[in-house]
Amino acid sequence: MLHFLPRRLLQLIPTLFLVSVIIFSLQQLLPGDPALVMAGEEKDPEVIAQIREQYHLDKPIPVQYGYWLAGVLQGDLGESMRIKKPVSELVAEKLPVTLQLASMAMLFALLIGIPAGILSAVRKGSGWDIGANVFALWGLSTPNFWLGIMLIFLFSVKLGWLPASGFVSPFEDLRQSLATTVLPAFVLGNAIAAVLMRHMRSAMLQAMSADYVRTARAKGLYERFVVLRHALRNALTPVITLGALEFGTLLSGAVLTEQVFSIPGFGKLIVDAVFNRDYAVVQGVVLVTATVYVLLNLLADVLYVLVNPRLRS
Amino acid sequence: MSSRNSPARLALRSLLRRPAALFGFTVLALVALLAVFAPWIAPYDPLATSWSLVRKAPSAAHWFGTDEVGRDLLSRVIWGGRASLSAGVIAVAIAVGAGVPIGMLAGYLGGWVDAIISRLTDAMLAIPFLILAIALAAFLGPSLGNAMIAIGITATPIFVRLARGQVLSARAEDYVEAARAVGNPPARILVRHILPNIAPPVLVQGTLAIAAAIIAEASLSFLGLGQQPPSPSWGSMLNVAQRFLTQAPWMAIFPGLAIFLTVLAFNLFGDALRDALDPKR
Repeated sequence: MLHFLPRRLLQLIPTLFLVSVIIFSLQQLLPGDPALVMAGEEKDPEVIAQIREQYHLDKPIPVQYGYWLAGVLQGDLGESMRIKKPVSELVAEKLPVTLQLASMAMLFALLIGIPAGILSAVRKGSGWDIGANVFALWGLSTPNFWLGIMLIFLFSVKLGWLPASGFVSPFEDLRQSLATTVLPAFVLGNAIAAVLMRHMRSAMLQAMSADYVRTARAKGLYERFVVLRHALRNALTPVITLGALEFGTLLSGAVLTEQVFSIPGFGKLIVDAVFNRDYAVVQGVVLVTATVYVLLNLLADVLYVLVNPRLRS
Repeated sequence: MSSRNSPARLALRSLLRRPAALFGFTVLALVALLAVFAPWIAPYDPLATSWSLVRKAPSAAHWFGTDEVGRDLLSRVIWGGRASLSAGVIAVAIAVGAGVPIGMLAGYLGGWVDAIISRLTDAMLAIPFLILAIALAAFLGPSLGNAMIAIGITATPIFVRLARGQVLSARAEDYVEAARAVGNPPARILVRHILPNIAPPVLVQGTLAIAAAIIAEASLSFLGLGQQPPSPSWGSMLNVAQRFLTQAPWMAIFPGLAIFLTVLAFNLFGDALRDALDPKR
């Protein structure tokens, strides 16, 4: 039933290849000679020549790209100029933090967005429906870094319930870890809850007007049963796929949320790298993000097939 | 288009009947007026510091309070609207100006031109929006202009894909076939016949994209990659405000509210525009 998988995996290759070309070309936008920057204050011509040779900067750009790509394919994303650590090591260190945050955010989004969407479809035109739509519009229009700042003000500064910033690993202290991540996860999940609510509402409205729902009602089934067992099961399918696509929003949002809450994750890594002019890290992080995103899209397609019985044969 | 029941008129009439659209339009008109006439409307110089007015709470003299060096926040929010609105509009203009022609060409020509453009679009869309914008802004160097360019380039593939899809479906329509049959050259068919027909979805997407671009500009400025101090922008004001959250929360409240209201207005207007332009309704 997943006969399309090998072909889809093959299609990823040209996409990721072009992503790598785009990321590599970014470096060409940089004004100035990277060798001069790396040589430091003294600008010893011998050192510069050595750096040029070491990093293949004396070669034509396509050849430089070849060297870079060959390294990337072997898991070598280059080395951070600032921290003097391999980029792949930094990524392995920071990615789990962001993934924890993103999973918690997705949980918030599902717990808020799906019930709100169902409720507003079932009670279309009611106060619930209006309320849910206002919530969605609010979620889509609020910049998440501002929401983060406001929540810090309320829960940390005014009420003193939660720490304003920082991060504790769940393996160290689960309670503290949850206390440090609950606000940022809510901030991140909020916008996605709004998107999920809108999708859920329209999918549910469509399902509720379908013939099988009318049949179920005609059989005299309880309305609750009709909604939850008949309409919801069918309406959930597209929402699962669209939900998985929102992971891109999560990764983008994490950049700002981690900045606001000082969480040492992936987003903080890229921002710090940008300000330290640590371009190997910027390139590495963007490449890894794009790969993760593309794979998640594929996962969404697989899920779609798995939950849709009509596509299984 | 001048007849009383032309599609454009019907759409406009339907738009004006929607309270959400009217609200969105009113807020937008207000923000635009404040931004354009900022020098005459702002009560104080947005850059004038005053050591006797450091972090004063909102009062009759300073409605939004003052910031960490005694500048009037209301004036800075009004001037900041200039940065945000122009960034949103110019970034989307770049994206539409580049994306729509490229997408139309890909859709009309097909073949290898389409294949290359489509794969490149896929690749750009594979990088999450803000991350690509940050990377571009970082490599271009931090400034408001570069932030606009970075956001514009990042938003381009959305319009490429939209225009391509629209042209693909329009190409099969009878009016395009007829235009081709009477001997119109491709360029004329694209500009005179197809473009007006694909304009509505581009307009809707454009309005919603401005909302996203304003948030993106505020995000870049918040990170220090957009408008540079001391010039005011809503994002950079929030960046500073975070450091003074305990002592001066108003510094964070008002610039954020300004972003929220402006983005909300664009979203409301865009949603209403989509409903009004949808021929099925």
